[in-house]
Amino acid sequence: MAPAVILLHGDDNVVVCCRTVEAGEHISVEGVDIVAAQRVALGHKLARRDLSAGDKVIKYGASIGSMTADIKAGGWVHMHNMKSDYIGAHLRDAVTG
Amino acid sequence: MNAQGYLRPDGRKGIRDVLIVAYLVECAHHAARRIVDLADDPQVHLVGFPGCYPNDYARRMMKALVAHPNVGGVILVSLGCESFDREGGAAHAATHGRPVETIVIQQVGGTRAAIEQGRAAVKRVQAQMAANRVRVPLALSDLVVGTICGGSDGTSGITANPAVGRAFDRLVDAGATCIFEETGEMIGCEGPMAHRAASPSVADAIVASITKAETYYRTMGFGSFAPGNAEGGLSSQEEKSAGAYVKSGSRPIVGVIKPPERPTIPGLYLMDVVPDGEPRFGFPNISDNAEIVEMIASGAHLTLFTTGRGSVVGSAIAPVIKITGNPETWQRLGEDMDINAGAIFDGSATLDSIGEQIVDMIQAVAGGAETKSEAMGHREFILTYKTFEPSGPGCFPR
Repeated sequence: MAPAVILLHGDDNVVVCCRTVEAGEHISVEGVDIVAAQRVALGHKLARRDLSAGDKVIKYGASIGSMTADIKAGGWVHMHNMKSDYIGAHLRDAVTG
Repeated sequence: MNAQGYLRPDGRKGIRDVLIVAYLVECAHHAARRIVDLADDPQVHLVGFPGCYPNDYARRMMKALVAHPNVGGVILVSLGCESFDREGGAAHAATHGRPVETIVIQQVGGTRAAIEQGRAAVKRVQAQMAANRVRVPLALSDLVVGTICGGSDGTSGITANPAVGRAFDRLVDAGATCIFEETGEMIGCEGPMAHRAASPSVADAIVASITKAETYYRTMGFGSFAPGNAEGGLSSQEEKSAGAYVKSGSRPIVGVIKPPERPTIPGLYLMDVVPDGEPRFGFPNISDNAEIVEMIASGAHLTLFTTGRGSVVGSAIAPVIKITGNPETWQRLGEDMDINAGAIFDGSATLDSIGEQIVDMIQAVAGGAETKSEAMGHREFILTYKTFEPSGPGCFPR
């Protein structure tokens, strides 16, 4: 079975799911235990530590955007609580109205 | 490498011997498609440009394609009243030693006559191609390889894309020419990329191309970011960019080219795909195949296509090798995928072992082995309106 998550860079404050992670699942990241707040799919990100609105989201050791809401460690980090610092994106519901 | 290529009269070497049937306006599309369908030959491919009004970029792209090293013969199908320079296109193919015929629907008497004449033209051009055929040994240093990602998700930047980067490093070290692209998907990576430039002028060209891309996409209203990217776990343009950028590997970037400019010496090139000037014709590239066609026009013999969500496309003219980084996509769409970089997740493969597998497959495909998309009959092609200024001398290796 694949490991639950991967930490891509030591500076990262998110980890990437290597498989679907179930709500309540305990995951060890470099010896620190985090608990998945909800079911999160392969390729999606979990907060490695508590994050606040305005914090940079760090993946690959680089900023991939800013938090727009507070979130606890183990929470799902995605477009509902973070945004690009460069340019907007669109979702399917925005396209189909 | 144990592969035989096709030597062209201009000295370039191809890995396929394709007859292209090109419609020069949408009004000639049906006749051209029927000519290709009736040929019933996997090496007869349909290409074309739908627009009636002139476009210098499309004209130069089509000229590059009729003289592409994978192309052995050409049939142009014109309605007759469109603006495309069919005589110039035919003359260019002939100058490069390709047998070429032109069918003008309004002159030959309509759809039925054009299709009949097209069928006969296919036979004549095929006979000429057979008579012209010269096989020569191929080395990796003869190859131009492009890479693109499509249907990216949160796995792409971890598995498939860095594995292609490892393959690119091996190819560059072997003297091959490699092209990576979509400057709009490199927004946020301009700093590290400029550090890899082989010269200060190339570093300037890299930063300028990304600045242009950001301005252009901002005018369009959003980045090169599809809903499926978000469903696959990507949350921002710069997150997608960081994952896409690693396809380029780690070797110096020797130049920045615009389609259909050709690399001047072997090495790694960034392709600047974003039009110059005020946004005029909409999105830089409306779908993945528009980018694949641009790399082909710049000389790519084949393309490495990484995908997370699972693209199924191939291409006219040049084979596409599809590499998925997502083990679930490999399970679901394995029939369409050539390589499973998702195996890195469960530890049964490494970035280096997948990189090696990619280079092995490039050599096999160059030698004639079919990719999954070729076997499935995929021959996608799209060419639309764009505007480019020529690249300055500082964009190329000294």
